[in-house]
Amino acid sequence: MAFLEVKGIEKGFGTLKVLKKIDFSLEKGDVIAIIGPSGSGKTTLLRCLNFLERPDKGSIIVNNEVIFDAMDPATQRESEVRKKRLHFGLVFQNFNLFPQYTVLKNVTLAAELLAKERPNYIKDKKAILKEIQERGKTLLSQVGLSDKLDCYPHMISGGQQQRVAIARALALDPDILCFDEPTSALDPELTGEVLKVIRNLAERNTTMIIVTHEMDFARDVADRVIFMDDGVIVEQGSPNEVFGNPKEERTKQFLARYKKN
Amino acid sequence: MNDILVIVSRLSESFVLNCKLFILTLLFALPLGMLIAFGSMSRFRPLRWVMRTFVWIIRGTPLMLQLIIIFYGPGLLNLFFSWPNGAPGRFVAATVAFIINYACYFSEIYRGGIESIPKGQYEAGQVLGMTKPQIFFRVTLLQVVKRIVPPIGNEVITLVKDTSLANIISNKEIIMMAGEYSNKGLIWPLFATGIYFLIFVGVLTVLLNWVEKKLSYFRV
Repeated sequence: MAFLEVKGIEKGFGTLKVLKKIDFSLEKGDVIAIIGPSGSGKTTLLRCLNFLERPDKGSIIVNNEVIFDAMDPATQRESEVRKKRLHFGLVFQNFNLFPQYTVLKNVTLAAELLAKERPNYIKDKKAILKEIQERGKTLLSQVGLSDKLDCYPHMISGGQQQRVAIARALALDPDILCFDEPTSALDPELTGEVLKVIRNLAERNTTMIIVTHEMDFARDVADRVIFMDDGVIVEQGSPNEVFGNPKEERTKQFLARYKKN
Repeated sequence: MNDILVIVSRLSESFVLNCKLFILTLLFALPLGMLIAFGSMSRFRPLRWVMRTFVWIIRGTPLMLQLIIIFYGPGLLNLFFSWPNGAPGRFVAATVAFIINYACYFSEIYRGGIESIPKGQYEAGQVLGMTKPQIFFRVTLLQVVKRIVPPIGNEVITLVKDTSLANIISNKEIIMMAGEYSNKGLIWPLFATGIYFLIFVGVLTVLLNWVEKKLSYFRV
């Protein structure tokens, strides 16, 4: 069984069916790029994986553990969901950093709050918090922001903010890191620095699902590409198959439009 | 000269009532407003409906009328309780009316502030495994506070001046005191009351500016 199994996910908003029976799987260390036109359901799929939306049907299995099953209410209890969603990390299109905290605190806050639930927290509080701080600093140096630890989000550029958001997501050691169009809100000259960070993560065998409109980047960094349109996976395969030799008419049309732009 | 000193000291004494009313109202209306705000945002429809109707009634009628109803209502309707006799009863009734009235205004400011926080802030907290209370207290609260300081400041300043409305149910506050002199033909004490309010509001303005400055280290 694959590391991540997504089976028969369906999601509708009112009468609008946004996802229609989505099946895919992912091996540990793999990078999947999800491409497709706006409104094809890419973002909704990521949001389902991160429990920001509740699928109407289907199941999600990580490392042989059923973390969501639409048929089984026990997997949907609030307290359960909070723990289970930590299998996934999510980097948002709009960064969503916490404006009142420094860059470092943005990265460490969630880990500090989770640490309170550890049984040895009261006893080893100092050591635990120090460890979290150090980890935060390491992650921020990994994304090239060692000199911005004490800045507030509004003081740094969009590209830097997104790199902080990536470090923040990594701080909780998610099994699978998801990106929702991580460069769409950035000025063109700032996308490069963010893509470089993601590329570095791929080289370190971070398991990732990346929704993106950066076709060259997807082709370059992904092990597998999924093309979605109208709530279904139209085609999936290696980057060379999907980009070099698309089988489906819809994929061809979509890619042709991108080449023209 | 002696007369002036006597009048000033009597005005000052009566202004204590305005100050007490102001402080008690803030003390209780600020937290009560939060409860009303949560009620009016509740996913439980009947509660939301009741709260919003209540806020509509309170904001939709004059505070002066509310003072009269709250003070005379219990006696006229033969309710199971009535206000204590004399000045304490009148003061308690006025305080209750002010708290209810201002809590409703505050609740709408809170609601606006809370609803203005981008959904992404909640979602970022959620995907990082935070509980709902953690998201509220550690992520959104300070952002809400920053946004609502100016409108709350406005209401607080209005409250200072509204305290004089308490004289409609015979609370001897500063305007009423000055009015006693003007009834006797001495008009300047009435003008002098303005100075008290100006100084009070001046101090508050400095305080509010300080809070705003304290919160200017981040942007929302």
